[in-house]
Amino acid sequence: MTDPALMTGARAAAAVDAGELSASELFELYRARSAAEELGAYLWVAEDAPETSGPLGGVPLAVKDLFCVEGVPSQAASRVLDGYRPPYTSTAVRRLIDAGATVLGKTNMDEFAMGSSNENSGFGPVRNPWDETRVPGGSSGGSAAAVAAGLAPWAIGTDTGGSIRQPAALSGIVGMKPTYGAVSRYGMIAFASSLDQAGPLTRDVTDAALLLRHMVGRDPMDSTSVGLPEPIELPTAERLDGVRLGVPPELTGEGVEPGVREVFERALALAEELGANLVEIGLPHSPHGIAAYYVIAPAEASANLARYDGVRFGPRLGDGDLASLYEETRAAGFGDEVKRRIMIGTYALSSGYYDAYYGQAQKVRTKIADDFRQAFEQVDLVITPTSPTVAFKLGERTADPLAMYLSDYCTVPMPLAGIPAISLPGGLSDGLPVGIQLAGPAFSEQRILDVAHALEQAIGFGGAPWQRVGA
Amino acid sequence: MIDREQVLHVAKLARLRLTDDEVERMPAELSKILDHIEKISELDLDGVEPTSHVIGLENVLREDEPAESLPRERALEQAPDAAPDGFRVPSPGS
Repeated sequence: MTDPALMTGARAAAAVDAGELSASELFELYRARSAAEELGAYLWVAEDAPETSGPLGGVPLAVKDLFCVEGVPSQAASRVLDGYRPPYTSTAVRRLIDAGATVLGKTNMDEFAMGSSNENSGFGPVRNPWDETRVPGGSSGGSAAAVAAGLAPWAIGTDTGGSIRQPAALSGIVGMKPTYGAVSRYGMIAFASSLDQAGPLTRDVTDAALLLRHMVGRDPMDSTSVGLPEPIELPTAERLDGVRLGVPPELTGEGVEPGVREVFERALALAEELGANLVEIGLPHSPHGIAAYYVIAPAEASANLARYDGVRFGPRLGDGDLASLYEETRAAGFGDEVKRRIMIGTYALSSGYYDAYYGQAQKVRTKIADDFRQAFEQVDLVITPTSPTVAFKLGERTADPLAMYLSDYCTVPMPLAGIPAISLPGGLSDGLPVGIQLAGPAFSEQRILDVAHALEQAIGFGGAPWQRVGA
Repeated sequence: MIDREQVLHVAKLARLRLTDDEVERMPAELSKILDHIEKISELDLDGVEPTSHVIGLENVLREDEPAESLPRERALEQAPDAAPDGFRVPSPGS
């Protein structure tokens, strides 16, 4: 039998189902490895696994700290929620547990999902297993590093402006952000509610399809959730005959570093060999995505984070009146980036500025969505690099928030338009992984997974850290 | 652009007590970010409908029927200072 540590989640679930592999031994393998890890990927690791049954076979799952799990530390990597153990479980995690997943641990992240490098965590950074002097990307950096390093067979994360896809790209794994509303946000600690979406981070496209299949669905606890038209099937496509892929110069040209472009162009050539037609399309408003995003997301965050006031959960500071309790609790609990975004968001929503900032940004959003709508009249999916650069050095962008924000250049337009997108490994540039992004119209998850699967087979990406460790 | 006075005003609105160091740093830091995001004001978007919901759901309603909710003691479990039936806070003061 294959070394269990080298199995994808789907393969391990099948081995458990066939009686070839014990779920508790598999859990113990990953638990021991995760408890001893030194990348900073985990904030909490389970001690034992409850009995489960279902198609996911008890295969252990790493869960981003943004998801509430009953009785388990769920702190959004923020000191303002230090020690918080929620009294309920988020719908996304609940559904995966009901399908037979076991929660292996809670993964590190940028505080409240605000960041692109995982350096904004209140509990320390995460290191990239490909090169420990570099970041794994963010904000789902712990989930990405755990999967890439073989500390978990698979993981879930959340994506607001690229927080699943960008770390997946920088860590050499697969990450998918579904259509807005496809996965319930109930029990997901809120960052920017009109953008936040949960999704899988996995070793391959099939695993992403399998986890997603069990995460999606309408939930009465989230009125913005919607059911997908059909259940997600595991992808089998190996050809791309007749598939029209749109290549937007706005997201593939200027600003994309040469090594990334080289890998991207190789992926385009492979897609053509598989039968795809490449079509140049325009997304003229996408270059304004970062500016619109960094109004909308901080504005919504400033409202969502008002609840952290030292009254209902988390530590309380300040002695004296109520105002000083609020102010001191928040001053001590939030990190620099969270404070910056609360300040930007509060300013943008304050009297006299609303129309110029938030109102205008919501119009840009309409234009970005219109661009995609027009593109999808000509093509099936859009293809771009996921990140303009490979993983950068720890500390390289921390002094310049704007440089950090530009890491999301290729991933921000999709959540602004509410559409689904996947990142899959396309190859290496100087030994570091490069992600290829495929985006499609709302509810085109199956199409995206099928095309990603065919491309994945042709690319034949190998040599990831998890493939080198073994049991 | 955002100056020191505005930073202090916004911090007060956001209930954030800034350290002296933050008060020194933030005007320049935030101004650089605002300079970038202000570029969208150059776009002519007159008559464009602002996005309120990306998927276009409207009026998601359900029957107004009572259902089980979190027991009070469970909801109070994580409070830094729980009273028997509520969250205790100091006086709002003067």
